[in-house]
Order: sequence, then C-alpha cells, then structure tokens
Amino acid sequence: MSEVYNNVGKSVNKIDSLGLATGEEKFTDDFAIPNADKMLHLAILYSPHPYAKIENIDTSDAEKIAGVVDILHYKNIPQILHTSAGQGYPEPSPYDMFLFDDKMRFIGDRVALVAAENLEIAREAVKKIKVDYKILEPLFDPEHSLDADAPKIHTDDENVIIPTKYEPDKNLAAEVEIKFGDLEKGFADADFIIENDYSIHYANHCAIEPHSAVAYFDERKRLVIITATQVPFHARRITSQLVGIPICNIRVIKPRIGGGFGGKQEILLEPLVALVANRNKRPAKLILSRKEVFISSRTRHQMRTRLKTGVKNDGTITALEMDGLMNAGAYGSHALTVLSNAGSKVLPLFNKIENIRFIGRSVYTNLPIGGAYRGYGATQGYAAFNQHIDIIARKLGIDVLEYIKKWHIREGETSPVFEALGEGKEGTAQIVHSCKLDECIDRGAKSIGWYDIRGKKIRDGSKVRGVGVAVAMQGSGIPRVDMGSAYIKMNEDGSFNLSMGATDIGTGSDTILTQIAAEVLSVPVEKFIVRSSDTDLTPFDVGAYASSTTYVSGNAVRKCAEEIARQIIEVAAKLLDANPKNLTLENSNVVDIQTGKKVSFEKIGYYTFYENDQFQIQAGGSFYGTESPPPFIAQFADVYVDTKTGRVDVLKFVSAVDCGQAINPKLAEGQVEGATVNGINYALWEEYKFDKNGRMTNANFTDYKVLTAADIPELITIIVNSFEETGPFGAKSVAEIGINGPIPAIANAIYDAVGVRLFHSPFTPEKVLKEMEAFASS
Amino acid sequence: MRGKFIINGDTKEFEFEPKIKLLHLLRDNGYTEVKNGCEEGECGACVILLDGKLVNSCQVLAASAIEHKITTVKGIGNLHEPNPIQQAFVDAGAVQCGFCTPGMVLATYSLLQRNPNPDDDEIKQALDGNLCRCTGYLKIIDAVKLSIEYLNR
Repeated sequence: MSEVYNNVGKSVNKIDSLGLATGEEKFTDDFAIPNADKMLHLAILYSPHPYAKIENIDTSDAEKIAGVVDILHYKNIPQILHTSAGQGYPEPSPYDMFLFDDKMRFIGDRVALVAAENLEIAREAVKKIKVDYKILEPLFDPEHSLDADAPKIHTDDENVIIPTKYEPDKNLAAEVEIKFGDLEKGFADADFIIENDYSIHYANHCAIEPHSAVAYFDERKRLVIITATQVPFHARRITSQLVGIPICNIRVIKPRIGGGFGGKQEILLEPLVALVANRNKRPAKLILSRKEVFISSRTRHQMRTRLKTGVKNDGTITALEMDGLMNAGAYGSHALTVLSNAGSKVLPLFNKIENIRFIGRSVYTNLPIGGAYRGYGATQGYAAFNQHIDIIARKLGIDVLEYIKKWHIREGETSPVFEALGEGKEGTAQIVHSCKLDECIDRGAKSIGWYDIRGKKIRDGSKVRGVGVAVAMQGSGIPRVDMGSAYIKMNEDGSFNLSMGATDIGTGSDTILTQIAAEVLSVPVEKFIVRSSDTDLTPFDVGAYASSTTYVSGNAVRKCAEEIARQIIEVAAKLLDANPKNLTLENSNVVDIQTGKKVSFEKIGYYTFYENDQFQIQAGGSFYGTESPPPFIAQFADVYVDTKTGRVDVLKFVSAVDCGQAINPKLAEGQVEGATVNGINYALWEEYKFDKNGRMTNANFTDYKVLTAADIPELITIIVNSFEETGPFGAKSVAEIGINGPIPAIANAIYDAVGVRLFHSPFTPEKVLKEMEAFASS
Repeated sequence: MRGKFIINGDTKEFEFEPKIKLLHLLRDNGYTEVKNGCEEGECGACVILLDGKLVNSCQVLAASAIEHKITTVKGIGNLHEPNPIQQAFVDAGAVQCGFCTPGMVLATYSLLQRNPNPDDDEIKQALDGNLCRCTGYLKIIDAVKLSIEYLNR
C-alpha cells in the first residue's frame, strides 16, 4: 500500500537544526537563570569502596571552608526508598535506593553532596569530608550472586510495588519465567541439541552532553527544573516523591538534549538540585563530569545468555530454552524490564517453535548500575540468538539467510510470547500486520555481496575476509503502558500551535511529529509553532524510550490533528454552504470536491476569531497503544580478521530496516546509522575495564574508545518501507533496533573468516587471537 | 586577573581567575555555543578557532588567549545569515542532538580554510578530534561534502 503524501515520507530539515548549527539552541547548562548570582554549585563525594557501611561521616572540616553552603548525606535528608528508573507509575523496578544511604554498594555510589558558591569550592569541600567505612566483602561475579554464601547486597526493607518476584535476601533483583509446550518432549524429538553460553558486556551511552540539571524558584515560588532528561513527566513525579514538593509546584523543562540513548531515562540529578534549591531557597546546578557519567550513571546491563535448542535434520527447532543471567549491578534500575525484553523482543521472531522456556534472572553485584540503553535487552538477547542460529544453519549445512527466511514470523502471524511476556506485567497479544524482513534480507545480502564472500575465506596477506548476518525485531512502545498526548490550536493566519509531551532528545521527534500533523491538515511543516516537553505547557507523554515516539506520540498527534480537521471542516461547511462530507483539506484550504469552491484556513481562522459564533479551533489527543508493532532489520557485516594480530576490521556494514512508512527517511536513516555505529563500537572497542576492587579504570574518552569519523567503515542503510496499518501513516518506530545486529553479525563474520566462535563480546584483538590460538592447538 | 579578547570580531574585557580554562571563560560570559563534553580534550565539543587555528578550548588557559582572536560557531554565521557550512549541516541531516555540531562545523570550517577540496580521507581525518554519538558520522561527512559544493557556488 503506498500513498502520495505531502509531508510524510519527505526528508524535511529537522526544525531545530539551524538553531543548533548556529549555536542558538539551548541545552540545560546554557540558560540564563533568574538570580544566577545566587547559584549554588554542587559536587558529589563517591564511595571509594565497592561494598562498605558508613560508620561515621564528619563534615566539620568541609563546612569550615568559606563558600560552602550546604552538605547533604544520609543523616540529614529524609530516607525514602525509591527507584531512579524513569518509568511510568508504578515503576516495575525495585525500590532499593535512597538518595544518600549509609551503605555503599559500588565504587561510584553517592556518599554526600556539597553545595557551594562555586564549583571549585564544592569540589574542594568534598575532599574534606571524613568518612569512616566498615569494609564489607564485595560480590563481583553475577554467576555467584545467587550462591547461598554470597554477600547480600540489599537487606534493608527494599521492596517492589508491583506483583513480581523480588528476593533481595538472595540478591535476586528480578526473575521472569515463561513456558509453552513440552520442553522435554521437544528436546527428545530433536535429532541434535545445540547449547552454548553467550555474553555481552558493560558499556556506557556516552551521550556527548553529560547529565545536567538546574533548579530555581520562579516568580510565583514554584520550583523550575531544567534538565537533560528523556522523561520530563516521570522526572517531575519522582522528584516530587523524593523532595516532598507537590507535583503542582514543580515545572520540568526539557530543553535541547545532547543525546540520551537510555542514559537519561533515569532520575539522577533532578532530586538533588531540587533538594538543595528547596533547602536553601537558592538556585542550584549540577553538571556531571565525564568521569562521573562513566562511574556513577547507568550502563548497558551485562548479560550471559544460555541458549539450548533441539533441532531436527530438516531444520525444525523442536525446543528452545533461553536462560538469561543479567547483572543488575548495585541497584535494580530497569532490572526486570530489560531482562523481560531479552525474551519478549527475541523469541517471537521464530514463532513456529512450539516448545519454549525463557527463564531470566537479574542479580545484584557490587558493580556499576545497569539501566536503559538503546536496544534494552533485545541487544542482549539477539547477540546470543543470532550466533546460535548461525551455528544451527552451519550444522544443517544450509544458508543461514534461507534458514531465517523459512522460520521467522510473517504478516498475519502471532507468537504466544507477545501475550505472555510484557514489561512488569503480562504482555499483550498481537498480530504482526507488517513485516518485510525477507526483503530486508534480500536487499541487504545483495548490498553486502553475501554469496561472493560467504564461506570463501578470501585472503589478503595475513587477513581473512568473512561475512555475517543478524536479524532482529524491536517494538513500537510498550503496549497498554505507554501513553502520549498532544494539543493543537489554530491561529487566524491558518498556522497552528502544536504542543506535545513527546521528548525530542536529538532524534528529531519534534520534526517528524510535526510532519504527521502537517499531513493530516494538509499544510507545510512551517505552519506549525512547535513546543514539546514542558510539564507546565504541554500535555503528558511518558517520554522518549521503548521506541515509542513515532508510533505512540505520533498516533496521538494524528488523532489530535484529525479532530482539528473536523472542526475546520465544520466551519468551512457553514462558510461554503456545503455538506461536510464533500469537504476535504488541500494545501491550507478546505475544498468542496463537488463544486470546486474553497475557503482558506486563514479565512476560517479570522472567521472563528472575529466574525460570528466565535470560538477557538483547538483539540487535544491522546494515544494509548494496545499493541507494539515491531520494526524488523537485517544487518550484515563484512570483516577482515588479521590472523597475526587478531584485529577485526569492519570493511562494510549494511542495515536494511522495515520501520513501516518512514515519516522522514533521512532522520530514520540517521537513527539506524547512529545505532549501528554505536553497535560496531560496542562489538569491537568499548568496554568498562575494572580492577580487582570493581573500580572502573578507563573512565575517560582517552581510554574508553568512542569511534570517530576516521574509524567508521562503509555504511549502507536501506529503508524498506512497509505499511503498518495501526501506525500513523503506516509508520513504526526505529530508534533502537539498529544496535542489535552488530555484535552477532560481526561474531558470525569472524567465524566465517577464521572458523573461530567468539561467544563473549567485545571482540578485541587479544581475545580473537587467543581464541584462534586455542582453535589451532585443538 | 583582567584581559581583553577579540571574540567573533568584538573586543571584550573580562575579569577572571588566573587558572581557568578558555572554555569556562567563554561559557561563563555567555558564549554557551561552546559546549563542554568532557574537559579532557577528547570530544571536541568545545573547539573554537584561536587566531584561526582549531583548538579544544578546555585545554587552553584563558590567560594565554588574552589579546588573541577567538571565533566560535556564532562568529561564522547566524540564524539569519548562516554560513554555507551551517546550512550544509542542516540540509545533509547531519544534526541530530546538535551538541557536537558547533565543534563539527568549526572543524569543517578549519579544514576548508586549509584545504578547499579535501578527499574523503582528508575529511575523516579532519573530523577525527570530534566525537558524535548520534549520527554514525555518515551524514556529517555528507555535510562536509555539501559544504564544499555550497562554497564553490
């Protein structure tokens, strides 16, 4: 199904891009704040121990420093159990943290916070705080977290507010299990069994803008928080919970955000600046340093996935058991939901498997805290799944592309996993309405030259070439959880104000949502005055996460604009003396398709404001998804493995994605390209390195390698348009999916080149060389 | 201490702490288009042109820049009259979150001053000091190429 659109499907320029390119747009730390001369600057003291109890804290020396105004720690602020996860209420993450605690659970946990006249004084004062720690035996290996004799990390009234399995006395932060069919019979029916462990590692989002927040009181004594957040409404709610200021007295403003990727779906700084501002009746600001972002914010959850499959010689998978052990780190932020997604976003892809068990456990350790990160469990699950499928296809002696095409979910089909596994509750049954994965595979394979390289082991000196593939699906929002809303009013010149809760964190959602409204109303994007994510001025939206914006917020905008269109037509019918059924919107006019008579939006605008029966054309619209149509992707890596050094070079990487109708193809490509490069970076380069005390030893951009323009391979992104009938103008979401493929596609390509299977990322030269040597000697 | 600086063509005089870095001097005085991404000289969000040379302002002592010419991204164009490079970044879809963009634009400006017709490798090398986590760099490289086209018009 393809339609001709005026705005949808066009790569209009991002509406904030000129302001950004000229340095005019403002990020959190760029605003002129009222009473800035009274600004308090904050610095945090972090635990130097992975696990310790604070026996005493002495701030007297710090207080003596001129310019120190306030010091916060466990003794002088209310102790409120909560989660920092920026999720809807009730949050499906355990309430297992205080803003400041007397127990330190990882190196990077917060001991105290100093507010001072300037940052230098605050940082100086932090060093003068004396803390007596009782050192406790730490726990670093998640494989031992559940051991009876393992140190217990959370033992003080931690709880969950949703009905789910949570056993802190066993270090169990979350557990999920689903079962279908008869697993034992399935394995018994198989001709062969394949069972392996795969794992992926700690990583940081590395948004170039660090976490930042500023709080001040406005002229009516309400607390305003400007913050780099993906979730302004959740930030308002959770700050209210922790600071004791009613929601109605807090305004959260989301300005331009310098990247999120999940890292800013966390309520980290807002309660701190709010507390300090409220205690001292002065504005307060906290901007994390890069080192603080690395050690104290949130990370990709490390996860080990054991996959066991029974396979018949004809390729039928008779049983599949997925056993995931996720390292939550010191606190359980997103511990249940990321874990659930490792199953729920992966298992439906091969929906013909009748006998399935998924068991996932998130466990505590004394290491940095996991959290939301682009891909959100799907990245973990697909790293294992795609390698496993490659292994099965090789064992069967068939082309893995043909194997995937034979078994993946198709249009009109469903999977019981959709209904069984949700996010903190049961999932939602759904039929896949749109799936062009076959076309993604075919076009991607052609672009990478699959059949010219696969299995050929082409050599160039010490380097051997190989190709690998990975496929994935994601979702479009969390069904029966996520809600977005929008409000539109019309001005007398035929322009519109569009106000929406949706949170543009750099993705371009302000632009594509405007394109959706513009399409409904048949006007150019320039006719919209757009405002988003200000809790005082825009309606609610859950925020930017779970690939929800295009689909959930987009449907809200579409519904809202449709109501505006209805009102415009009603007025036009009067003015044209026409039957509303014959009226249509066309290029800022209402046209009577029978008579050809028309009236302009401007005329309608003036009429409604000034002429007769005056009223404001205005409407709100909300959308609450009852399904989550998955985008699909096929990703291909063409690599050289240097057999002398173990170095893996990606020559070319192809991503072919079905995201429904791309609302703005260039922005959709940008999402896939960014996610893909992040994924390649993750597969080969970036990782947290820890010393024996669980201290991150590479918490800077010198030692934690983020790829630059000089490092990127040839990248091809193919947008395979489909039409999702439940999406706005056929669209599905696209922000996360591209990060799922690089790890398994590269691992599969390494195997294709040198016959060595890398089960555990990242694929560093040392690791690849070691595996090749082990392979050679076996 | 006090010092005069020629910023985007205007002479400005500031009072400042002797040991502060140019990044903070600029940001504290309203030049917030100079972004702070790491303060380690690694991310390139804070680059400016110092006497026409691209530098990480977080690595430069403010005192050492007294009497020198400083150009920020606002010094090469604005909303009403954007520099062709700024327009090229917009048109190429090279701006996602935009936090790295002022630095990327200035790195491009600096490159094209030195070398008006760089090849792909030269473009990539010129952007090597600027991190972007959103775009995967492809559209930024496109933007540099489009800049060349715009400037040659």
